[in-house]
Amino acid sequence: MTLLDLLTQLDVQPSRVVIEHNREIRRRDDFAKTVVRAGDELELVYFVGGGSPTGDDPFVVGGRTLRSRLIHGTGKYASNDVLARCLTAAQPDMITVAIRRLNLEGGRSELEGIDLRRYTLLPNTAGATTADGAIRLARLARAAGFSDFIKVEVVGDEDTLLPDPQATLEATRQLVKEGFIVMPYTSDDVVQAIRLYEAGAAAVMPGAAPIGTTLGLQNLLNLELIVSKVKVPVIVDAGLGVPSEAARCLELGAAGVLVNTAIARAKNPPEMARAFAEAVVAGRRAFNAGRAHIGVKAVASSPAEGVPV
Amino acid sequence: MTDVTVTLNGKPRRVADGVTLLDLLTQLDVQPSRVVIEHNREIRRRDDFAKTVVRAGDELELVYFVGGGSPTA
Repeated sequence: MTLLDLLTQLDVQPSRVVIEHNREIRRRDDFAKTVVRAGDELELVYFVGGGSPTGDDPFVVGGRTLRSRLIHGTGKYASNDVLARCLTAAQPDMITVAIRRLNLEGGRSELEGIDLRRYTLLPNTAGATTADGAIRLARLARAAGFSDFIKVEVVGDEDTLLPDPQATLEATRQLVKEGFIVMPYTSDDVVQAIRLYEAGAAAVMPGAAPIGTTLGLQNLLNLELIVSKVKVPVIVDAGLGVPSEAARCLELGAAGVLVNTAIARAKNPPEMARAFAEAVVAGRRAFNAGRAHIGVKAVASSPAEGVPV
Repeated sequence: MTDVTVTLNGKPRRVADGVTLLDLLTQLDVQPSRVVIEHNREIRRRDDFAKTVVRAGDELELVYFVGGGSPTA
């Protein structure tokens, strides 16, 4: 029996349901040709009330379904309390963390008081300038026992903090081999994104602009090309400044965004966190809705006839 | 028990010869559940902290998660 037959029997409209079949999301177009076999596991879900926090379709990365398309950074906050309030306001699922030497002279980490178990942790390899350095940090992060996710970051230039393409690719290949769920930070180079995807990255994370600049999406075309070429989620990381830019990324087909500085350094960080969380929902919903055609010729929206003259 | 010098997070530190990783954490007031230890470049499992002994010249990295977003953090 096909998924479509099953829905008919259950009297469920295909447009109202998302189907996970043996832990894989099936596209609606494939319902008619996807056959159900003995022992298969099916999840039929749909959205209720005000819609989903992910914009009406699930956000799946590395086999994990995330509740929000906003990945929340945890660095550069004025205090633990401000970070905690941002997390409450934005309700992210995945948060990024770095791994560093313990401060043995005392002093608090930003993460004290944050219940890390409530989130899907995305440790990063920030601080690495070589593939080996990134691999070492990744292994240390995994040993903490939270998740196999790793955001590979290998800085190739100290001034721009742009990633080293060769080392990023090398680290990605090795960590995929070791069973990590690898989400590499990359520039907006289209071919590099394709190579990372081919290397087994679970998502690719092109920067909008150099980290911490809040300049917003600098190369719209490259983002669209990356989205069209890569069959894993594209998550825009770094350089966003305001929620409209995050929405724009989602409208263009990015599956999510990672934001740190734009929230941490806003005048009111929790309000900005909430605004980003809302923007990614609007952006995804718009992407799913499909934009109207672009034309250079004006076309009236009101009837041309019957105007009282 | 004599003291020996090890390198702890990049700095020389005197510890008792033959101290275990678990003893060391107790001395440093660090909860074992909130640290990852790299001992002479090998990651030690938490279950092994009590039976892993530290010797003169050993290199130890005690790390854990801190707030972070992207490279500058």
